[in-house]
Amino acid sequence: MTTVTLKRRGAWLDRMPIAKQVRQSVGVQRFMLVTGIVITAVFVLVAIFAPLLAPYGFAQLRDANGIFPRQAAPSAAHPWGTTVAGYDVLSRTLWASQTALLAIIVAVVLSLILGVLLGLLSGYFGGPLDRVLVVVCDAIYAFPTLLLAIIVSIMISHGQSGLWNGVFAAGISITVVYIPQYFRVVRAEVVRIKAEAYVESAKVLGTSNARIIFRHVLRNSVRTLPLIITLNGTDAFETLAGLGFLGLGIEPTSAAEWGYDLQKAVADVTSGIWWTALYPGLAIVLLALGISLMGESLNDLADPRLRRRGAASEVTEAEAEEVAS
Amino acid sequence: MTTSPETIPSPLAPAPAQPRGAASLRGGGGLLRYLVVRFLLIFPTIFVLVTVVFFLMRATGDPITAAQGGRLAPAELARRIHAAGYDRPLIVQYLDFLGGILHGDFGTTYSDHQPVTTVLVTYGTATLELAFYALIVAFIVGIPLGMLAAWIRDRWGDALLRVLAIVFYATPIFFSGLLMKLVFSIRLGWLPVDGRADTGTELELQLLPHPTGIYLIDAFRTGDPAAVGDVLRHAVLPGVALGLLTAGVFLRLVRTNVIGTLNTEYVTAARSRGVSEYRLVTKHAYRPALIPIITVIGLQIAMLLGGAVLTETTFEWNGLGYQLNHYLEARDFVAVQGIVALLAVIVAVVNFIVDVIAAFIDPRVRY
Repeated sequence: MTTVTLKRRGAWLDRMPIAKQVRQSVGVQRFMLVTGIVITAVFVLVAIFAPLLAPYGFAQLRDANGIFPRQAAPSAAHPWGTTVAGYDVLSRTLWASQTALLAIIVAVVLSLILGVLLGLLSGYFGGPLDRVLVVVCDAIYAFPTLLLAIIVSIMISHGQSGLWNGVFAAGISITVVYIPQYFRVVRAEVVRIKAEAYVESAKVLGTSNARIIFRHVLRNSVRTLPLIITLNGTDAFETLAGLGFLGLGIEPTSAAEWGYDLQKAVADVTSGIWWTALYPGLAIVLLALGISLMGESLNDLADPRLRRRGAASEVTEAEAEEVAS
Repeated sequence: MTTSPETIPSPLAPAPAQPRGAASLRGGGGLLRYLVVRFLLIFPTIFVLVTVVFFLMRATGDPITAAQGGRLAPAELARRIHAAGYDRPLIVQYLDFLGGILHGDFGTTYSDHQPVTTVLVTYGTATLELAFYALIVAFIVGIPLGMLAAWIRDRWGDALLRVLAIVFYATPIFFSGLLMKLVFSIRLGWLPVDGRADTGTELELQLLPHPTGIYLIDAFRTGDPAAVGDVLRHAVLPGVALGLLTAGVFLRLVRTNVIGTLNTEYVTAARSRGVSEYRLVTKHAYRPALIPIITVIGLQIAMLLGGAVLTETTFEWNGLGYQLNHYLEARDFVAVQGIVALLAVIVAVVNFIVDVIAAFIDPRVRY
C-alpha cells in the first residue's frame, strides 16, 4: 500500500520518485531499497489475494473432513499447524496481512492529511495559533503510542472489538502521535519556503493564500515525508498487534490479526509448541523490515551526508543544509 | 513501537531535538536562562498530555459503562456512575481531574481501591530495574555495532548491520520474548521462563528490613550469592528483549552520526596528520556523535515505558506495565486512565532531566 501511495503522490510531485531513487542508488544502497520494495509489494499482493492463497477461512474450524485438530503440528492438511482454538495458522497468518494493511492505510491517511494540513497552516500563518500548536505537538511527540492506543481502544470498543473498531483504535492513536511528526517537518519546511522569492512574487501578483499554500508551498514541502510515512505505517500495524497481544484486539471471528494469535500462543510456548508463535511473529517482522528498508533507503538518498562517501559536492551540500536550518 | 529514528539530531546542525517553545522564547542565551525556560515548559507539556488522555478516554463515555455496560442492571449501573461522579458535566469532571493532579492525586483504582500513586510506588521500582537492564543491553550492543557500521559503511557488512538494526527495533517484544523463552527456557532450560526471582529468593528478599524493591540491590544486601545469581538469571531475557529494541535505535543513530562527524573538517585534519582510521572512529568521530544519543534517550524512555507493558506481560515481570495489564484484564479503566496519566507526567519530567543533561554536556544545546 505504501508503495502505491508514494507512487501516486509521485505522479503529481516529481514523476515517480521511487523509480527515480532506484536509478539514483548504487550497490548496497540499491539492494536495500529494492529488497524493501519487493517485500512490501509481496505483502500487498498477499493481502489482495488472501482469499485465493489461504487454504481456509480465518475463522474456519472445520471442513469436509470434520473438525480441525487443536494445536496440531504442521502436516499436509495444515502446513503451519493449528492453534489452540483449532484455527489453521497458515490461513490466519495470510488473512492477517489484510488487517495490517487496513490499519496502515487508515493511520497513514489520517495522520498525513491532518499533520500536513496543520503544519502548512501553522507554518504559513504563524502567530499565536502556531505557538500553541508547537507546544502541543512537542508535548505529544514523546508519548508512548501503545499507552494512548490502549485508552483509545477502551473508549472505541470497550476493550474487545470487531475489525473496524480495532483498526480505528490503532489508527486514531497512531494519528495522535504522528500528527506532531508530520507537523514538525512540514512546518519547518514551510517557514523556510515562505521566505523564498517565488512565494514573495506570488504574493505580489495577488495570488490568494489558499492557492499559494496548496500550489507553491505544499508541493515543495513534502519531499521529506517518505521516511515518516514508512515509520507511520510500521507503527500502525505494530500498535494493532500490541493491542491484540494485550487482549484489546480484534475478535478472531471478525478478522485475523497477528497480535491476537501471538497472545494465544504464549501458553503454547510454555509447552514447547512453536508453530503458533513463529509464523505470525515472522510475518510482523518481515513486513516491518520491508517497509523500514524502503523508508531508510529513501531517507539516505535524500540526505547528502549519507548518500556517497567523499564526493566533492558533498561538503558544500551539507554546509548549504546547515546554513538553511 | 519504533520510535522516530528520523529525529536524529545532526551533529552538524544545532541540535534540533530541542523544545521549540524554548527557541522562540530565547533571548540573551546562557545556561541558566535555558534551564528556567525548559523547566517552565514542563507544565504546558504535562497539561497537554493529561488533557489528551482525559478527553480520549472520556469523549465517548465513562469508564464504568465501558467496563460494566451490559453486565449490570441499568439502575445499578446508574447508581455506580452517580457515586463516582461520572454523571456530572464533562467539563466539571475535567477540572476535578486537573485539580486532583495538581495535588498529586491521580485517582483511585476501581477494583481494589488503591491510590494510583501507591501503585506507582509499589511497582515502579520493578519497571525502573527492567529499564536499567534494557539500557545496559542497548549500550553494549548498539554503540559498538553502530561504530563498526560507520567504519565499514556502504559495504555488505554495513548493510547486514543496518538490517540487524531494523530487525531489532521492528521485532515486537512479545515475539522476540516468546522466541527467546522457547529457545533458552523451554528447549535449553538455561534460564527461568518468567518472574523476577524464584519463590525462595522472593521470600528471602521480603524478609529484609526496608527492601528497596530493586531486586538486584536487595539481593546484594542479603549477602547471598545464590540470591544475586537467581535475580540476574531472571533479568537476562526481559532485559535483552527490551534492550535490543533500543539497541536497534542506538545502532542506527551512532552510525549516522559517526558518518556525519567523519565528514567534518577536523576529522579530515586529523586524518591528514596520520591518525589511524580506527582511532578516528573510536575517538575523534565518536565523542560528538554521542551527544545526540543523550537527547534520544529521552525519547527512548517513552519507548521503554510502552515496551515495558509488553515485556512485563510477556515475562510476568511484576512492574507497572504488568499491573496496567492486570487492571485491563479486570476491566478497571479508572485505574488504567490514572496510570497512563501518571506515566505522562513521568515522561515529561524525564525528558526535562535529559534535556538538562544534554545542555550541560553540549553548549550548542543552550543556544
